[in-house]
Parts: sequence; structure tokens; C-alpha cells
Amino acid sequence: MGIPFEDGNFSLFVRGFLGTLELSALSALFALLLGIVLAAFRVSPVPVLRTFGTAWVTIFRNTPLTLMFFAVTFVLPRLDLHISSFTAAVAALSIYTGSFVCEVLRSGINTVPLGQAEAARSLGMGFGQTLGLVVLPQAARAVIAPMGSVFIALPRNSAVAGAFNVFELFSVQKTLTEKGYAIFALFFWLALAYLVISFSIGAVFSALERRAAVAR
Amino acid sequence: MAPTKEKNDRMKARRTVAAALSVLALTAVAACGKDGSPNTDTAKSGSAAPQLPTYQVNADAKLDGSPVWTEAKKNGKLRIGAKSDQPFLGFEDVQTGKRNGFDIEIAKMIAADLGFSADQIEFKTINSSARETSLSGGQVDYYVGTYSINDNRKKTIDFAGPYYIAGQSLLVNKDNSEITGPESTKGKSVCTVTGSTSVTNIKTYGANVTEFESYSLCVEKLLTKEVDAVTTDDAILKGYAAKNQGKLKVVGNTFSQEKYGVGLKKGDAVLQQAITDALKKHEQNGDWKKAYDATLGLSGADAPSIPDLTEKAAG
Amino acid sequence: MSARSASVLYDVPGPRARLRYRLAGVLGALGIAGLLWWVVTTLTDQGQFDGWLWDPFQYTAVQQRILDGVLATLKAFGLAAVGSLVLGALLAAGRLSDHRPVRAASTAVVQFFRAMPLVIMIFALYQAVFTAEPMWGLVIGLVLYNGAVQAEIIRSGINAVPRGQGEAAYALGLRKTQVMSLVLVPQAVRSMLPAIIGQLVVTLKDTSLGYIITYPELLYAGKLIASNSDGYPYIPVVLVITPIYIAMCLALSGLARWLESRGRRGANRRVAAAA
Repeated sequence: MGIPFEDGNFSLFVRGFLGTLELSALSALFALLLGIVLAAFRVSPVPVLRTFGTAWVTIFRNTPLTLMFFAVTFVLPRLDLHISSFTAAVAALSIYTGSFVCEVLRSGINTVPLGQAEAARSLGMGFGQTLGLVVLPQAARAVIAPMGSVFIALPRNSAVAGAFNVFELFSVQKTLTEKGYAIFALFFWLALAYLVISFSIGAVFSALERRAAVAR
Repeated sequence: MAPTKEKNDRMKARRTVAAALSVLALTAVAACGKDGSPNTDTAKSGSAAPQLPTYQVNADAKLDGSPVWTEAKKNGKLRIGAKSDQPFLGFEDVQTGKRNGFDIEIAKMIAADLGFSADQIEFKTINSSARETSLSGGQVDYYVGTYSINDNRKKTIDFAGPYYIAGQSLLVNKDNSEITGPESTKGKSVCTVTGSTSVTNIKTYGANVTEFESYSLCVEKLLTKEVDAVTTDDAILKGYAAKNQGKLKVVGNTFSQEKYGVGLKKGDAVLQQAITDALKKHEQNGDWKKAYDATLGLSGADAPSIPDLTEKAAG
Repeated sequence: MSARSASVLYDVPGPRARLRYRLAGVLGALGIAGLLWWVVTTLTDQGQFDGWLWDPFQYTAVQQRILDGVLATLKAFGLAAVGSLVLGALLAAGRLSDHRPVRAASTAVVQFFRAMPLVIMIFALYQAVFTAEPMWGLVIGLVLYNGAVQAEIIRSGINAVPRGQGEAAYALGLRKTQVMSLVLVPQAVRSMLPAIIGQLVVTLKDTSLGYIITYPELLYAGKLIASNSDGYPYIPVVLVITPIYIAMCLALSGLARWLESRGRRGANRRVAAAA
């Protein structure tokens, strides 16, 4: 049963766990940035940017993650862009997750009462100020919960990277399965690792939600 | 307000459906395409190119003690497991849907001796990890596809053969003069398939290992120069070298030994013996050599010596 | 609706602002055009638009393989969709059960499968049981994960039905099963339809994980075409199969919108809340 504690497997598990954490954290950061930019595009007064944002989100929300990994890994080298497998994985995950972040933000913006934006504008604020100082901070409160599910999904999705030469928990599963360890016992330990990760993220987001609720 | 919104929605939905249908229609229209791939077929059968052997079907074959054979004969169909993405070894031409390669030839020569004509053979693509289960579960009658004989596998299935002795080797770009053998891979990036024994072997030489799902993906990475070498059995590498003539080459001596056998369901000693006899016959009458020359031999590597058929029924 | 919410974020532009917007528009368009131009020229320079590299798609065998891939994708999706909705309904019922052990067990199952990466489940199922039939590994993995998610969607839908509805039904003498199946679930499904279909789109996309366990769905078919054709047309293959996936997903969400509008047409015509 104690697969992680046999035959020096522990370091393998730790390496895989850290790999998953690193990949998820970096992707979360870039996905958030990309999502904010895309959301700003989608509500901006410039039609070209709005169209671009909509097209981008439509394309990448409807493309399977595995296909994105496949494309990033085998298309970019053909364009003479040589990046490491890890960078490729971060790119695929951020672009995929970024579209979901954008949609969450956009519906969050829609929940802010119209009067708020109108009041901001009547004070003479421009688009950037209205969005950045008045609407987004209030939208943040409404988006915490849905944003939580997007970011809880991220470490789960990151496991696909294991099939594309990034070392993380799925790689641990493949390596140890190949060595002949009991598949479901192994599954139990991996499940434990992912439960720890998703409960931690869930805890962070419910703490955020509680704080936001107090401020109301 | 409600009806207009409703109408909008419906129109939007209709537009999406229309878009989807037009994509499908496009596929359907494009479907009046070509059959086969004439250019590759004719090019290969050009003047000096080595010819594939042809096999005489033994219509009188009778393997009464073999349940697998009896069942196949009753259905008039022989199901053979093979690989599909190893050029000149176990390969499926996606443009013609036809199989070709050295392993495929071995499978065909055995089938002929068992009394099955070419159009009675049904090839099935079975990946490495599913080989044992598909044999013992009866999804295929026998399996020919870089199947190394080892004791662990012999617990669940039987082998006939070996018909070829392969060994781990290295595939590099033609202009690479740095890598000449496993010793020179230290610090170099070497690609191979996840979970294969090649991973462990090459790591002992200090190479940085890159892992993908299949060798074709590794070769893609080699061609775009993202890895320095691909390592696995030389038979597989020779096929890629032959496919990418002028771009890739196999270097160095082999540094492991893999005996390729024909896998079959455990306990069918009659079938095992028949396959062994078939292999012996075609090795002696020159078909084996002809098959090699017309497939893996295109890489420029000479045929290795034919191994002794050592696999016998237990007890 | 986005247009309305967007328009409140900025004033009707005056002459100066209009100039600024137009300038931003031109710059943006130039930037996007430049990006596209770069992609297209690089692809052309690398010979990716050379006719011969696209030749494989002219052959019936290749078209057949793509079609087979689409059908295999749809088959896995169909089975997984039905399975996950059934499992989702069962688990949702379990979570709303009056019996504590049932509630606890359902909650544990839902939480567990929602937290597990699909790849890891599918791979374990494939390695342990379904090596010869990867499709069932894929389908069962999809059913377990998406069933757990659908259960949460259905449960929150039932909880969102006004309490008076359930109370009125009990007052009429209906039993719990009847209250659920005749009163609460139909209303919950209608209100949660967008979320349910949204999750079905996720299910459809996740069938591409079959690629990892060698189930010959669309992505796997694409990989085989790319790796078994002369010149290794990875880029042409990606350019062909991505639109197919996008079209399938859009068709599914289109279906969702259509169902939603139909559903609204029936009963009391409530004006849809702004999305």
C-alpha cells in the first residue's frame, strides 16, 4: 500500500507533486493576466478589439485541451519557434484557461449595477478608470466563486501535460505503472495528492469569499 | 421583448447548426477524392528497387489440434495484430489503407502457410500495452509487431520465433557527427517512448531523456532538431531512416538484445509449431531475405543473420 | 447583452474620443493583421502551404479516417453524455436524500471524482481493465467525472426552485419521489439547462483524451495521418481537425440555446435575465 514510501519512490512523488504545483501556479498567473486583457477587449469601446476578443474566446473555449497541447508541441517547432516542453505546457494551459477566466470576468462585470458605471462616468471617468476603479473591484466579489472553480480545474487539467514530456503527477503514474505497481493502489495515492491540492485552492477561495462578504 | 429575443436565439441557433452542416457538407463534397496513392506505389516498384516476395497459399493446411486456427478457418478470416506507425516495419499507409513493412511480410508469409489468402487477412492495430490482453482475450489470432520475447510475457502468452534479433541503437540527423554511439549521448537530449526499456538503458549513459507517446512523435522532434537523437530498437530506427532517406541515419552498434517473436494465445502448441515451421520454410527459401531487402534494407543497412527458432512449447 | 453592459462603461464618444477609438481600432487591426501576416508568411516560408503537403486530404481513405474519427468521438461522447446525466441525477438524489449514510456516501463520491484529473482516471482504467477496449476506459472515466459535476449542477438547480413549490406539492399529498420527479426536477432542469449543456460541451472536448490511451477518435486519427504521410503534415492536420472540433462544440451550444428558447416558449413567458 505504501507505494510512495518504497524503493525511493518518495523523491519521484515529490518531484511530480512539485511539477504539478509549478505548472499550475505559473499557468494560473498567465491565465489570469490573459483573461483580464481579453475581458477588457470584450467590453472595450473599440469594435476591432471586441471582435478579436470574441473570436479568440470562441476558438479557444471550443478547442480540446489535448489538441492545444498537441498543437503547441508539434506546430510551433515547424514555425521555427523552439521552446521547452514546460514552456509549451504553460502556454497551452494559460491560453485554454484564460478564455474561461475572461468569460467569468465578463459575466461578473454584468452583475455590477448599471448605476455604478453611470455614476463613475458622470464623475468624468473614462473607460479605463470606470472599469479599473469602479466596476472591476465590485465585479471581483461576484466572480470569486466561479473563478474558484476555474482555478480548481487548472491543476486537474495540468495532468495532460504529463503526456507531452512534462514531469508531473501523471508522469509519476505512468512511470510506476510501467514498473508494475498495483494500479489502483497507485491511483489512491495520486488521488490523495490531487485532493490536497484542490482542497487547498478551495480553502483559499472560500476565505476570499468570506472576506468579500464581510466587506459588503 | 421576449419574442424578439426568442427569435434572435432561434436564428443564432439555426446559424450555428447551418455552419456545422456546411462543414459536414464540405467534407462530403470533398469525399469524391482519389483512391490509393499512385505516386508512392509506382516509385517503389521502379526498376532497381528490391521486390517483395509473393507467397503460395497452402490450401491443404490443416491444424486440427489448434482451437485458434479452427475458429479462424470456420470464419474464413485470420485476424492479425500489428503496429501501424512504424515505417517499413509495421505501417499503415493512410492514403491507401494498406499495410506494409517487414513485420507485415512475416505475418503474411505465416498466414499463407496456414492456408489463408491475402484477402482473408484482417490486420488490427494493437498497441504495445494491449498486446497480451488482446491475445489471451482472443481479439487477434496472432501478433507480429516488434514483440520482444521475455519471461514475464511468457507467463500469459506463447511465442514462436524469434524471427529477428534487434538491439537498441540511435537515430540522428544526417549532418550530426557528434553522436556515434551511446557513450557520446552524455548531456544530449535523446527521445524515446514513455515506459519503454530504452528509457532505463539510455539514462545510464547520462543522456537527457525526452518522452512521448510514440516514436513518430520523437522522429518529428528529431527532424525539427528539438532533440539530438532518438533511441529504441534498431529495426524501428532503420524504418525511419529508410523513410527519411538523406535526412536521418542510424549510428553505432546495438547496445541491447531484443528477440522479436510472433505472439500467440497460451497453450496452442499446434499453432505455435505451425508458425515455427512456416518461419523456417520462408527463412530457408529466401523469402525472409527478400522481405528484408524490400523494407528495412532500404535504409542501407545489410540484413542481420537469421536467428535460430528457439521458442518451443513448454513441457 | 454584452453590448449593453459594455456601453454603460463609457460615454457616447465625442469627436476627440471617436478619433481616439478609431486610432486604437486601426492600431489594433494593424497589430492583429501583423500577427496573422507573420503566422501566414512563416507557414509559407516553411513550405506548410505547399500543395503536396495537403495531398493526403484528397484521398478517400484519409477522409474516411477523419470521418471515422469524428464518429468515434461522437460515439464516446454520446455514451458518456447519457451515462453522466444518469449518474448525475442519481448522485444528486443521493445528496438530497433523507438518509444520512446515503447523503454522506454521495457527497464523498461527488467530491472525490470532481477532484481527480480525468487523464489519471482514464489511464488507470485503461491499464487495469480496458487495455483491449480503450473506448470503455474513456467512457467510464468521462461518466464518473462528468457525472459528479452534473450532480452538483442538478442539485443546485433543485435547491434554487422556490421552496413554496415543494411545500405546495407535499400539501397536495405527493410523496417525496413524486415531489422530486414531478415538481422539482423538471423546473431544476429547465433553469440549469445552460449549465448542463455547458458541461456536455466539456465532455465532448474531453473525449480527445482518448488520444492518450490510443482510442481512435478524431485527434488520434489526425496524429496517425500526420505521422504516416510524407512530409509529416502536422500543421495541415491541426488546421483541419481544430475547426471540426470547434464546429461540433458550437453545434452543441447552439442546440442548448435552441432548447432553451423552446422551453421558454412553453410555460409562463419570463423575460430572460441579462446574462
